[in-house]
Amino acid sequence: MSLPASVLVVGASAGGLSTTEALRRKGFDGRITLLGGERHLPYDRPPLSKQVLSGAWEPDRAQLRPEPVLQALDAEFVLGDPAAGLDAASRTVRTASGRLLEADAIVIATGVRARTLPGQGELAGVHTVRTLDDAVALRAELAASRRLVVVGDGVLGAEVAATGRGLGLDVTLAGPQSVPMESQFGPWAGGLLGEFHAEHGVGLRLGTGVSGLVAESGRVSGVRLETGQELPADVVVVAIGGVPATDWLAGSGLTCENGVVCDDRCRAADGIWAVGDVARWHHRGLDAPLRLENRTNATQQGLAVASNILGADAPYSPVPYFWTDQYDAKVMVHGVVPAGAEAEVVDGDVASRRFVALFRSHGVARGVLGWNMPKQTRLHRREVADVLTPATV
Amino acid sequence: MKVTVDEDKCCGAGTCVLVAPDVFDQRDEDGIVMLLDEAPAADQHDAVREAASVCPAAAILVAEA
Ligand SMILES: Cc1cc2nc3c(=O)[nH]c(=O)nc-3n(C[C@H](O)[C@H](O)[C@H](O)COP(=O)(O)OP(=O)(O)OC[C@H]3O[C@@H](n4cnc5c(N)ncnc54)[C@H](O)[C@@H]3O)c2cc1C
Ligand code: SF4
Repeated sequence: MSLPASVLVVGASAGGLSTTEALRRKGFDGRITLLGGERHLPYDRPPLSKQVLSGAWEPDRAQLRPEPVLQALDAEFVLGDPAAGLDAASRTVRTASGRLLEADAIVIATGVRARTLPGQGELAGVHTVRTLDDAVALRAELAASRRLVVVGDGVLGAEVAATGRGLGLDVTLAGPQSVPMESQFGPWAGGLLGEFHAEHGVGLRLGTGVSGLVAESGRVSGVRLETGQELPADVVVVAIGGVPATDWLAGSGLTCENGVVCDDRCRAADGIWAVGDVARWHHRGLDAPLRLENRTNATQQGLAVASNILGADAPYSPVPYFWTDQYDAKVMVHGVVPAGAEAEVVDGDVASRRFVALFRSHGVARGVLGWNMPKQTRLHRREVADVLTPATV
Repeated sequence: MKVTVDEDKCCGAGTCVLVAPDVFDQRDEDGIVMLLDEAPAADQHDAVREAASVCPAAAILVAEA
């Protein structure tokens, strides 16, 4: 395929911005348009459940780049006008306001939206945390509340619980797993995390699903568990995962199944690519389709897609990586912690909560988890990388 | 080129060190970025620009001279 003269990036956040920056860095001098559904300039999401929610940062500190740096990209930002449809054959995007934007290459970087509980939309006092506006609204409400119930025992739920405790709220964390973040950390490290939360005074109601919200005159008053127990609350945060933002692609002809389905180059169709949380591409090293919802993937995949738009024709086979900050702990995983993997502590000491653990399945290193030892954790990354990134092209 | 880092934003991912090990390192105790060279030589510029772009905390700022 000949090199494109114009690129349209749909979704103006971490993934979309990274793609744009990489295109320019690699010398692309054609037209770039970034279309964003939100009215904000690109901002970063990880601080939303941490520094922005706690109030340590003013919201504008989460902006990804200072304005002069964005201007130097010489890209057109069309903000506050979500894409409403795509014609894949002519590579034309129609926006909610009726704009028609056409380009030689289209990058889909629309991320995920927060999954909600039935009836949540009609109730005051129930929040999700996906956007800057969400975080600012929740922060204001936490300041006026005493009892917070967090529904969801994944990374976001655990972070919101920690931040809530930091603000002095009475916090209960509810979810179906036996320990928090079990699917990302495995039962052993998830267990350590559960103990850590309990020590910080979080009430853990794990191992049981949530059956619904309880309300009084239009405002949430609690959460009902599947066991029938009711957890009273002044404010509820629902952190039960994300749904890929692909509604706007209905009828486009692209395959959307738990994300935009792509080949190992992150290509969804001729001249159409996907990046970040929304992309489900074929990972060569794992020989399986993969969709990652983490910050590092968004930027690295943006870089890979920019290269492929410019003709690199290379597969994208990263070592997955994410981190989380809860209380004074920074916990990170390079690779994955597969179910049933065996943990070996290879550095530091678990009791002092500073350690690195290597996870092996059938004797093969698959993931490295570090607790308050970021540098040492990275130094073990290679053992995982050798397995995940075979030198195949 | 002048490079600055925002330690308060840095999440200790170490992505910058993987991309430009001559310019960035991490502290042993908490993994926060250490800038080894705030005015890197021309042969480092591409790597530094890439590091700034892929840093997952947007903690690296590059001012082109
Ligand atoms: C509160 C929170 C905390 C997090 N913490 C961590 C962490 O500690 N570590 C970590 O590794 N990851 C973390 N993540 C995940 C990380 O932020 C995401 O993986 C990353 O933001 C993905 O980037 P993206 O560009 O793919 O998608 P997004 O950042 O979701 O951006 C998608 C953009 O597309 C826009 N959009 C959606 N639909 C349309 C449309 N139809 N038209 C135009 N624009 C549209 C959206 O408004 C949004 O701005 C966190 C996420 C959240 C929400
Ligand atoms: S890549 Fe960014 S967040 Fe990671 S260590 Fe370097 S400066 Fe810090």
